[in-house]
Amino acid sequence: MTSADLYYLMPLIIIAGASVVMLLVIGFYRDHTVTFILSILGLAGAFISLAYIRGLPREIGALVIVDSYALFYWGLITLASLAVAILSYGYFSKMEEEKEEYYVLLLTATLGSLVLVVSRNFVSFFMGLEILSVSLYALVAYLPERKRSVEAGIKYLVLAAASSAFLLFGMALVYAESGTMDFLKLGAHLNSGAVNTPLILAGFALMVIAVGFKLALAPFHMWTPDVYEGAPAPVTAFVATVSKGGMFALWFRFFTEVNGYRFNSLMILFTVIAIASMFIGNFLALLQNNVKRILAYSSIAHLGYLLIAFLAGGRMGLEAGTFYLVAYFITTLGTFGIVTVLSFKERDADSLDDYRALYWRRPLLATAFTAMLMSLAGIPLTAGFVGKFYLAAAGVNTALWLPVIILVINSAISVYYYLKIVVVMYRSPEEEVVAGMPVMTVSPALSVGGGIVLSVLTIMLVWFGTFPGGIIDFIKIMISGISSTAITMVP
Amino acid sequence: MILLWLIAILMIGGIAAWAAAKWNVMLARWIALIATLINFVLVIMLWVQHSGGLTLGANAPWLLDFRWNWIPSFGISFHMALDGMSLLLILLTSFIGVLSVLTSWTEIEYRAGFFHFNLLWILAGITGVFLSLDLFMFYFFWEVMLIPMYFLIGIWGHENRIYASFKFFIFTQASSLFMFVAILALYFIHGKNTGVYTFDYLQLLGTVFTPKAEMWLMFGFLIAFVVKLPIVPLHNWLPDAHTEAPTAGSVVLAALLLKTGAYGILRFVIPLFPHAVRDFQIPGMILGAIGIIYGAILAFAQTDFKRLVAYTSVNHMGFVMLGAFALNELALQGVVMQMLCHGISTGALFILVGALYERIHTRDLNKMGGFWDEIPRMGAVGLVFALASLGLPGLGNFIAEFLTLTGAFMANNWITAIATLGLVASTIYSLRIMARVFYGRKPKVEKHIPDFNVREMIIMGALILSIIWLGIFPHPVLDTSRPAINNIIRTAAAKGSVSQLEKPGTLLPDKAGQVQFAGKNEKGGAR
Repeated sequence: MTSADLYYLMPLIIIAGASVVMLLVIGFYRDHTVTFILSILGLAGAFISLAYIRGLPREIGALVIVDSYALFYWGLITLASLAVAILSYGYFSKMEEEKEEYYVLLLTATLGSLVLVVSRNFVSFFMGLEILSVSLYALVAYLPERKRSVEAGIKYLVLAAASSAFLLFGMALVYAESGTMDFLKLGAHLNSGAVNTPLILAGFALMVIAVGFKLALAPFHMWTPDVYEGAPAPVTAFVATVSKGGMFALWFRFFTEVNGYRFNSLMILFTVIAIASMFIGNFLALLQNNVKRILAYSSIAHLGYLLIAFLAGGRMGLEAGTFYLVAYFITTLGTFGIVTVLSFKERDADSLDDYRALYWRRPLLATAFTAMLMSLAGIPLTAGFVGKFYLAAAGVNTALWLPVIILVINSAISVYYYLKIVVVMYRSPEEEVVAGMPVMTVSPALSVGGGIVLSVLTIMLVWFGTFPGGIIDFIKIMISGISSTAITMVP
Repeated sequence: MILLWLIAILMIGGIAAWAAAKWNVMLARWIALIATLINFVLVIMLWVQHSGGLTLGANAPWLLDFRWNWIPSFGISFHMALDGMSLLLILLTSFIGVLSVLTSWTEIEYRAGFFHFNLLWILAGITGVFLSLDLFMFYFFWEVMLIPMYFLIGIWGHENRIYASFKFFIFTQASSLFMFVAILALYFIHGKNTGVYTFDYLQLLGTVFTPKAEMWLMFGFLIAFVVKLPIVPLHNWLPDAHTEAPTAGSVVLAALLLKTGAYGILRFVIPLFPHAVRDFQIPGMILGAIGIIYGAILAFAQTDFKRLVAYTSVNHMGFVMLGAFALNELALQGVVMQMLCHGISTGALFILVGALYERIHTRDLNKMGGFWDEIPRMGAVGLVFALASLGLPGLGNFIAEFLTLTGAFMANNWITAIATLGLVASTIYSLRIMARVFYGRKPKVEKHIPDFNVREMIIMGALILSIIWLGIFPHPVLDTSRPAINNIIRTAAAKGSVSQLEKPGTLLPDKAGQVQFAGKNEKGGAR
């Protein structure tokens, strides 16, 4: 490792540095706004530094590779963290707890996710995952006054620790067989032919458990609704986007570089997981009345859709997956962002009642929420539509008929519960009076930052939905950076 | 470029009306009216301008063509084109558009700005559907018309509106997703055969399939269109949606939205999958015949006036299915006529029901009767459209049904003979409307019912004139759609199917007029 390598790790260094500076500042002068501004500066600085990284791909030591694929995901993740941080400011302004450390944890969690994206070795993989997870334990339980928040934190802690154990054991098995922790070397070893397949498969399967846990895929999804419901709304947005995004980027890279597509049994395993996630997510979402839980189950289903891109593999699968993830990031940040800005001091706005007749009280917010939900349902004019189109295209292209048909059926099912929220928002206030319901008149003031973030997200949502050409081309260029030998190996 | 404007005017008008309603509701109504009127005038101008070219350019049916690269990396372009059939349908769209704004003039008081936004965006979506020649774009507009329609039913509908709007949305969304997968499959099959990955309709026409693939893809498309149409086992969203929607919503649903299904069959299913369509001809025609008879019987059994009218749509759309699968020029011409005439006559009946509901606040036929004395104008208008609906010669529906049945008879006489029985049933339900509402004994209604006012008479006058015009002088319409229909048949035939398709070509244009005339007497006598 040379000093020139540090230059490629600039975003990581900036974020790590910012979190240290913030800790020091909090030690001397505890102030919400100052900490918030520092965190924003750190994240924005990391994002801006991406523009100065040239000469890709660059391998750094045995642990890290910075290529344009990683760069794209770095950008996506830092922007998402930035959005979460801005949304958090308005949210925590209402709270009485000590809120400064929140931003430090947010930055370290982001750091973990960024490390995942550039990992090319089991060591950095595990390190990134743990930095991310440990920060998340504290973030999920950040509001100790709320029982559910603490419950969610403990639940997440126990299950994430267990899943890490599976991951480690899986890695150990793979290492025992292959004698390497490097993804590419592992791939080469598997190509050599002299492989003890059952051992490798067992190792992979154990790793799938940990990955499935982080991505909240069925049957490893049990924690999702509770944690989503219990965690403070901006943290939920963070868990649903940044943590999953980092994991997905890593897993796609890993699987492509070792060419896991050669193992039929693994493909069947993923097909089953994808189908199960779609059905379980959507069917259970139908039964919920809590907005955060509905969105939690819907996110399980969406990760199931995303697996279709993963199953398709190859260049098109990677592009489709990446585009879908971008659309998923926008809508998830948007929906949880709206939950965040509507939340009260005592509790989050997670009951359907909080959204009754929202359109007549806060037309712009309700319109934005409608757009987000339509995007989740995959209706045109939104990024979600193009994303679903891309996924289905990748699936049809590789003749994955079963998952695609199930995607279609599930899209139809999902419309029902998205509409359920929409209907509530557009109910007329007069009708409420007739029905004997209390008329909701107060809703929390919208913070300036929250307003800006939500408008930007809504505009992006519609823009990517109507004119996706630009972003698609950009993704194509960035994706092509992933070690190209690996991608052509894939069928 | 003017095609793009047709859509843009509606979209911009919708947003303007929404914004304007913040200050003044009347302003919003006027904006909506002006936007739809501009569109109507533009389409009329298009028709007049191209009426000369229609007869000449039989080999190049596309009158206007607009293309812009939308998402080049996928081969998606913003491709719109106009031929005779789509011209007629956007003419209907813009005409009904103006009327639906007018009918809501006093009916909609609640959030009128948002209402007009939704109304205009539905119209924009429908116009887009009729003009798209890129399958991606077609699907895009197909879905765009869905959301505002959902809001229209869900916010301004009657008592049971939430249920109806959900049912409408889920039926149409689920079915269109199958079309979505079929479109993708078509895209990749074409791409793998030729190396050109494109969603362009004109290029995809040349795709070669294995018989099995063709069958599956046809079903993918057909299911979306058949749900919209609707055809009997999949029709049951329709009565709820039509009944619960506000008047303008029902009018747009019946007059326009159902037509997108028919249009889809004609424009996409037949030319793209001619072999599969031919194999499916008999089942298709049987489904049509079932729709005709079943719709008529159910219409007869209703006690809710609006639901009755809704079921007549099932009945009339059966003719469309029957004619479309007869696969010959005469029947397809009949289908186009049927789309226009049904749009006008059913639209008018829904406006009538809406007007009556505004006055007596019920749709229950048992609470009506003997209204003719009090509201003779309404009675007379009702009579005209009840007669149109039963297919009385002299009104447009007769021409449509006659052409369809004649064409269908050539394809399969037994099914057609059975379908014709539906005409008897439709006579019964149409006359029942008159008997129940306007004749008979008057129930005790204390309140005076006002008759149609000037605004409503203007609406009805326009509708009556057009239905009579279509009945007596259908030639301009038939001439307009002929090149397009011939083109569809020629494209299908060129793919190597179909002796069926050649047959009707023997029927010359001017002969068709005579056949109609002769048939008119014959039918009239039979009644």
